[in-house]
Amino acid sequence: MIQLDEIQKRLLREVADLHDVPEGAYNIRSNSKSAGRASTENIEIIPREDGQGLTVKIKPGTKNESVHIPVVLTETGIKEVVYNDFYIGEDADVTIVAGCGIDNCGNQDAEHDGIHRFFVGKNAHIRYVEKHYGSGEGSGKRILNPGTEVYQEEGSSVEMEMVQIKGVDDTNRTTKAELAKDAKLVVRERLMTHGDQKAYSDYVVHLNGEGSTADVVSRSVARDSSYQKFEAKIVGNKPCAGHTECDAIIMDQAKILAVPALEANDLDAALVHEAAIGKIAGDQIIKLMTLGLSEAEAEEQIINGFLK
Amino acid sequence: MLELKNITFGVDDDGQDKEIIRGVSLTIPDDKLVVITGPNGGGKSTLARLIAGIEKPTGGQILFNGEDITNASITERAKKGIGFAFQQPVKFKGIQVFDLIKLASGKNISMTDACEYLSKVGLCARDYIDREVNASLSGGELKRIEIATVLAKASQLSVFDEPEAGIDLWSFQNLIEVFEGMRKNIHGGSILIISHQERILNIADEIMVIKNGELIKSGSKTEILPALMGTADAVPDCRKAGVQREGE
Repeated sequence: MIQLDEIQKRLLREVADLHDVPEGAYNIRSNSKSAGRASTENIEIIPREDGQGLTVKIKPGTKNESVHIPVVLTETGIKEVVYNDFYIGEDADVTIVAGCGIDNCGNQDAEHDGIHRFFVGKNAHIRYVEKHYGSGEGSGKRILNPGTEVYQEEGSSVEMEMVQIKGVDDTNRTTKAELAKDAKLVVRERLMTHGDQKAYSDYVVHLNGEGSTADVVSRSVARDSSYQKFEAKIVGNKPCAGHTECDAIIMDQAKILAVPALEANDLDAALVHEAAIGKIAGDQIIKLMTLGLSEAEAEEQIINGFLK
Repeated sequence: MLELKNITFGVDDDGQDKEIIRGVSLTIPDDKLVVITGPNGGGKSTLARLIAGIEKPTGGQILFNGEDITNASITERAKKGIGFAFQQPVKFKGIQVFDLIKLASGKNISMTDACEYLSKVGLCARDYIDREVNASLSGGELKRIEIATVLAKASQLSVFDEPEAGIDLWSFQNLIEVFEGMRKNIHGGSILIISHQERILNIADEIMVIKNGELIKSGSKTEILPALMGTADAVPDCRKAGVQREGE
């Protein structure tokens, strides 16, 4: 049975909205060990032999089930690389909740690099939620480097929600996707950095099938003297539609680099990118102040809304 | 009750001091709906912004319920009971209509309460409550949401800067009804509307005319309105007799 202390429970709440052991299939990884695992009739979670990850098999036609695979780190000095592979059967419709919370009170870095690969079967649909959270007063850094690869078969759809709002010092996210005919990918990234944090996010999406579509949208806020780099490249190899958007609020002494890129290798590849970086509009703050909010409260509301 | 005493406001216009408000003194009494009107560029909106605290006067004094609020911040004035509806409603990414109305009310109101305010401004609440207050809404919709936030704030003094701007003809009747409803339930508060519209002037208790930064007329509707409709003050300069237009 799982024994989690209060810090671990708090991290689980932050990254997976979990207040208790989840229903359905799950694996909770705590300080590099499995702290609990369950498979269901339709979803099988198999640990890798080397202990560094999981293989998750979802049977064709599985509907309305969920998989939770949160990771928590509360010991300083841990550095781990974990490989998780997901095989999603045809016509399945499932929610996968990952996410990592690090509480580092020590003086050594704590790092979790999660490499996730998704093999999404024909007409399957997945919603993938990945949240990152860091806490702890130690001088050691909290580092997360997620790598995500998505291979989508014909007619499949993937919605990804990537959220990192607080406390992670360094993050280098790479996401690659390849889409077959009529496949659909929607990515919503929410990011906030503060202090001296650095966040890199790099997306490359190949639209290889006719009628495939991708919509990659990042909203971010950079505060204090943090740094963000967002790169998104969509490659259209067949008649397809792709859209990428980076919308960032810059504050204090932060720096942001947005690098949208489009590559069309077909006459009927319709690709669009948008990128905007700017400070909070003065009239937004004024409007909220006329409702009785202080300037700081107004800023907070604007950021909360923006990252919602 | 709001009192402006000899308010002046100037800006730096290419190194030259430009006076936009020149010594305006006026009183917005309790239990009254006051409309400030006058030609474009006369300083009406500036006056409204000075009252809300968005601009600070270069001279004079502003009193609210007898208290000097000349140096009070926007937030302080809002908390003391001054509400302000922008001429150009502000757009927000991510903030939903419900969030904005809840913030305006200053309470943890329910969805149903928030919907009431939307219904009052003629929006089908169900279709709007979850929408983001962003550019996907039309100018008229944003304007009505803006007015709903001022209703939700329920201020002692509500200031509306050209509420008719950007509102279509069909919504206009509804807008008049909103103000009539507010006037009916005024209960010791006051309403100040900056407007050019005859139909808004028509529901006023008092009318004040601002021109070239000065208060040139002030009195009850019955005193001011008939004279106003027949005079050059109500007519934009370009339409006045004797003004040569290009190509004529």
